[in-house]
Amino acid sequence: MDTLLPILAGAIFATGIYLLLRSSLILTVIGIILISNSVNLALFSLGRISTENPPLIAVGSIEPISPFANPLPQALILTAIVIGFGLLAFALALAYRSYRELGTVDQDELLKDAEDTSAGIVPRENLENGGDA
Amino acid sequence: MNGMLVLPIAIPLITATLALLFRKSSYLQRLFGLLGMGALLVSVILIFRDVQADGIQVLQLGNWAAPFGITLVVDMLAMLMIGITAIMGVVIAIYSIYDIDREREQFGYYPLLHILVMGVNGSFLTGDIFNLYVWFEVMLIASFILLALGNSKNQLQGALKYVFINLFSSLVFLFGVAMLYGMTGTLNMADLAVRLPEVENTGLVTTVAMIFMVSFGIKAAVFPLFFWLPASYHTPPVAISAIFGGLLTKVGVYALIRVFTLLFTHDTGYTHTILLWVGGFTMVIGVLGAASHVEFRKILSFHIVSQIGYMIMGLAFNTAMGIMGAIFYVLHNILAKSNLFLISGIAQRLLGTFELKKMGGLYKHYPFLAVMFLISAFALAGFPPLSGFWAKLSLVKAGLSIELYVITGVAILVGLLTLFSMTKIWLSAFWGAVPEEVPDHFGKQPLFGAGGLHILMIPVMIIAGLIILVGLNAQPLLELCMTAAEQLLNPSVYIEAVLGPQ
Amino acid sequence: MKSLILHTATRLMIGIMILFSLFLFFRGHDEPGGGFIGGLVGAGAFTLYAIAFGTEATRKVLRVNPITLISIGLLSLVVSGLIPMFVAEPFLTGKWLFIEWGAVDTKLSTPLIFDIGVYLCVVGFIVTVIFSLEEE
Repeated sequence: MDTLLPILAGAIFATGIYLLLRSSLILTVIGIILISNSVNLALFSLGRISTENPPLIAVGSIEPISPFANPLPQALILTAIVIGFGLLAFALALAYRSYRELGTVDQDELLKDAEDTSAGIVPRENLENGGDA
Repeated sequence: MNGMLVLPIAIPLITATLALLFRKSSYLQRLFGLLGMGALLVSVILIFRDVQADGIQVLQLGNWAAPFGITLVVDMLAMLMIGITAIMGVVIAIYSIYDIDREREQFGYYPLLHILVMGVNGSFLTGDIFNLYVWFEVMLIASFILLALGNSKNQLQGALKYVFINLFSSLVFLFGVAMLYGMTGTLNMADLAVRLPEVENTGLVTTVAMIFMVSFGIKAAVFPLFFWLPASYHTPPVAISAIFGGLLTKVGVYALIRVFTLLFTHDTGYTHTILLWVGGFTMVIGVLGAASHVEFRKILSFHIVSQIGYMIMGLAFNTAMGIMGAIFYVLHNILAKSNLFLISGIAQRLLGTFELKKMGGLYKHYPFLAVMFLISAFALAGFPPLSGFWAKLSLVKAGLSIELYVITGVAILVGLLTLFSMTKIWLSAFWGAVPEEVPDHFGKQPLFGAGGLHILMIPVMIIAGLIILVGLNAQPLLELCMTAAEQLLNPSVYIEAVLGPQ
Repeated sequence: MKSLILHTATRLMIGIMILFSLFLFFRGHDEPGGGFIGGLVGAGAFTLYAIAFGTEATRKVLRVNPITLISIGLLSLVVSGLIPMFVAEPFLTGKWLFIEWGAVDTKLSTPLIFDIGVYLCVVGFIVTVIFSLEEE
């Protein structure tokens, strides 16, 4: 396991990089998802894999039965997964939004000719009407 | 133990939840924005008094002793950074009152702004490398939404680049954290600093140092990883541009300064030489990019890149003088750069565009705005007696004292080129003739009085005042930066403060 | 969705699901369970209701806007962290209050407030997402 997991993580990472370099936005998102998973896997294997007692404290005892497994990598991965999930959900929503607004998922098309750069700024007459144009 | 250290994180969080609770009322949200940032500033001043009196302040969250729990640490560097964040927070909260439209307010602009400030403060305060990752993500998710809020075509284009590059950089960072954990079995930065020298495989440590350099380098927008910045920072509303351009990249610089003074000091001949080259190229490429553009905010965005180079150069010198210069440069640059962004926003409100070709006549009709621009632009280029002069002077002195003449020469040359693109803005937008097509209110709407532009002018005047103040009386701030640099170069103080006497 | 089976089953299920979510929430005190998983089950109840009767009806049943739930949840998270600071202990330190009623003891604590915050956040977040997906 100790050699297999890093190899697997590396393979997934490489696949992710390949997908990142494709021109379709959806493939880019999938690439980021793969890289995210490979990093989690790397974090897991770098925390050392061991087959020991679960790190649970029995009733009436004050420490787990040793030797017990290290729970920290799992806590870290759980945090990383939750954060990654949130960010990826946002990335997907953004990709969908871009597709709706700009009508394509091809990055060369998407990133062509930006418009007038002040398009996002709403002109204002005065503050009293709540700032609407 | 200093319980107050949590306030710079807790206050923005409370403000954000209150703003979310009263999201229907623009008035209450603006009020909470001002009050929250004001309270943040007060708490930072209180912490500053403690840091000034007793040195490095530490808080073990949840009463879990280091290195097992999460530690908040405020040394002088973190102190200066949260200080400037609080000042920027107040200024942006004022500017947002006029700059942010009703729709964005309804969509959660204020909660996100406070969450962003919370993430920035958390990154400065934390003493745990995994926690730093978490704060980076908090900051990122808020910045993603702030950047994309509004859905105009160019905003989406900017956001796409920003989001994917930064997601990638976070994953690289996480991988670096995993490597560190695998080598040492700890995540507390002070504990890491103790255990990293004991790692036998120094080649691997250097590799991890490079992983961190790439990750933070993307966030700080250094050469050759900066392309996302000029492609996205000019798209959102000006208040957001200003806080991004001022603060966010500097968090990357802060992280670089932190890890390359505390953790990765085993092979400075290798790592810091790379940093030096990176800094030099960043300076030159950034300023050349600025020279080739004719859009107000794009020029400023390229200048962010260029200025980051100076800070990286100061860090790469690895002497007290160099790091002091880098820290001073960070503080000065946040002020000057944000102010230029804020001024660009006022100019756009008056002329209806950011394209320099279509701008003109600002000096004739709004001389006061022109003076404000001159102060910030000269500070950025490094003219005495403004803040930028002292920043550049200390870096040049640091470079000469360790006999790195070439890079010092490059730094001075880049300063001149900075002046060139500032002059470009000045000549067309301020001194240029009034363009044929201008909005009706140009020349008639006063800066102060009816129309509400004075709300945009207040922050500009506050920052310009600070730039002049720092310029005329640089000694106190220089001394604080020197204290910070000395603390950074002597990590045993930091380690002892966190882990207790060894 | 118009389906007699779904409507009848939902009316029966929703109460049980909310009770079960509260059971999970309180069980989390000493055993597996807690605010997160309890909140998921509770959000599941409202999601089911939204599928059966539509989002308008669910908003009426819920009475408060789900985003308000998120902000109240976040606020209680901060408050639970700030409470120990009033007795000069670091942020987030767990403080406990034991009340003895004779036969059973009641244990009140800041982690409980924290967990309530998590519960509200999870319910609010998922219901917000479901609402915006349904109303798309």
